Amino acid sequence: MSTAVSPARIAMSRASLETRSYFRERDSVIFSFLFPVIMLGIFAVVFGGEDVGPSSGAPVDFAQYFLPGMVASGIMLVSFQTLAISLAIEREDGTLKRLRGTPMPPVSYFLGKVGMILVVGLSQIALLLAVAAVAFGVELPTEPSKWLTFAWCYVLGTAGGAVLGIAYSSVPRSAKSASAVVVGPLLVLQFISGVFFVFNDLPSWLQNVASVFPLKWLAQGMRSVFLPDRLETLEVSASWQHGPTALILSLWLIAGLVICVRTFRWQRRDDG
Amino acid sequence: MTTSAIRVRGLRKAYAGVTAVSGLDLDVAHGEVFALLGPNGAGKTTTVEILEGYRRRDAGEVSVLGADPARPDAGWRARIGIVLQSSGGHDELTVQELVHHFAGYYPGARDPDDVIAAVGLDEKRATRARHLSGGQRRRLDVALGILGNPELLFLDEPTTGFDPEARREFWALITSLADGGTTIVLTTHYLDEAEQLAGRVGVIAGGRIVALDTPDRLGGRDHDLAVVRWSEDGRQRTERTAEPTALVAQLAGRLGGEVPGLIVSRATLEDVYLRLIGQPEQTLEVVS
Ligand SMILES: Nc1ncnc2c1ncn2[C@@H]1O[C@H](COP(=O)(O)OP(=O)(O)OP(=O)(O)O)[C@@H](O)[C@H]1O
Ligand SMILES: [Mg+2]
Repeated sequence: MSTAVSPARIAMSRASLETRSYFRERDSVIFSFLFPVIMLGIFAVVFGGEDVGPSSGAPVDFAQYFLPGMVASGIMLVSFQTLAISLAIEREDGTLKRLRGTPMPPVSYFLGKVGMILVVGLSQIALLLAVAAVAFGVELPTEPSKWLTFAWCYVLGTAGGAVLGIAYSSVPRSAKSASAVVVGPLLVLQFISGVFFVFNDLPSWLQNVASVFPLKWLAQGMRSVFLPDRLETLEVSASWQHGPTALILSLWLIAGLVICVRTFRWQRRDDG
Repeated sequence: MTTSAIRVRGLRKAYAGVTAVSGLDLDVAHGEVFALLGPNGAGKTTTVEILEGYRRRDAGEVSVLGADPARPDAGWRARIGIVLQSSGGHDELTVQELVHHFAGYYPGARDPDDVIAAVGLDEKRATRARHLSGGQRRRLDVALGILGNPELLFLDEPTTGFDPEARREFWALITSLADGGTTIVLTTHYLDEAEQLAGRVGVIAGGRIVALDTPDRLGGRDHDLAVVRWSEDGRQRTERTAEPTALVAQLAGRLGGEVPGLIVSRATLEDVYLRLIGQPEQTLEVVS
């Protein structure tokens, strides 16, 4: 069976393998799928009855207001956090070392990871949206233009988060320290990026810090999808800022790719 | 085009000041089965992983299949099979999935089902790697190592954890690969394994090769005196001689036919090995 080896086909095969592996780890699947749903539930219950709205026009309730934030932070959790931690583990347990000993093209490996993340991320968001609509009566957008915005925000955000997660996986010195090194900074980022608060309520210096990072832009992009346009005036700049959002998410994606290519290690630091 | 599959000259490697390999020379011919023996920490894995392209060397010339392993490319990797001393991962995937998937990496892969059968994992096809026993996991490592039909196969302590029957089956597998022309470099702590499989054995100690020969000539084993033991007058007698046949004939004459309790032996590979790495021989005193 002498067949030509195509990087694209190996990438597809890896994506399917990775996705199967992911869904076989039941506990991790259950927790990461339920987390955003439960967070949304808590917000809906705790702030139930409170509204967010512009000075003129009807407000929306908190469950609806926080839905885009949960979607955005779900994307970051699935892409950045999952990959940063799982790659640190794969580097330690020898998965990466074994792969490096084969002629598998590295790009196929990375694309396989990204493919898996795209599938997992979409299923998580689908579950979150379904629960939001059914249990909390959130109205989902119907205009195709909104879903188009969702599509590009999702792809840029997920791909960027994935490559940054892959790059960041070299930071923890061991698999044991990985979750501490990864989860902490991401949690801080979620707080300052307007996932858990109305971004406007943050002091402006924190807003400026958050604006450097992709999550703030991703959350803003998702607000433009899931909130009615009359809430656009609540944004700091009174605009959804689609242009800057696309630009900054793309810059992070490119930066992540460059860092990956230059710094990726297939072995532990002390093994070589 | 070099004539040897592997050529090493003056190889050196230190870790944070600790020398692991200090001036090692080695040639392995195409089609040869070469075994590297040596105590724990001798530098076997370090040497082999430098040849595989995993570790950087500090000094020395290395050529593996005509290329420098410090600059490996996919074409070179496809010609090499690797079984690491320890490897893991891909825990949630089954034997069947893994072997079929890895086969897709190689342009001239063997039939994955044949490979699964060859390593004796037929009954474990549907089992996830996580649930394999230690020896079964090792067989999976071997399966993935030979899958690409490599020209050159590295095996770092491949049979650790194998039961005796599995070890025999593995030997048969390696012998058939060697018969098919595969060059094989293996490290092992089992002297019988080296004797069974290898055309040549290198003993490495303190980061250099201290002896290099065929298993039956290693360390002057073929020139060793034979040891003849027999019972006479109710006592155990032992004599070392260069001419055991003559001695036995003489004994047969003197004792009138069958010599009671006759044993003729030579130093085992293990005796020679222990002598080479500076440990006292033990076996000669044990037999009663
Ligand atoms: N990654 C590393 N970092 C630091 N020192 C190392 C590393 N790998 C090996 N060493 C040291 O180098 C020496 C040789 O180790 P190596 O693993 O090559 O031995 P070995 O012959 O394969 O031993 P074994 O039979 O136990 O597998 C040892 O003293 C070991 O402690
Ligand atoms: Mg070793």
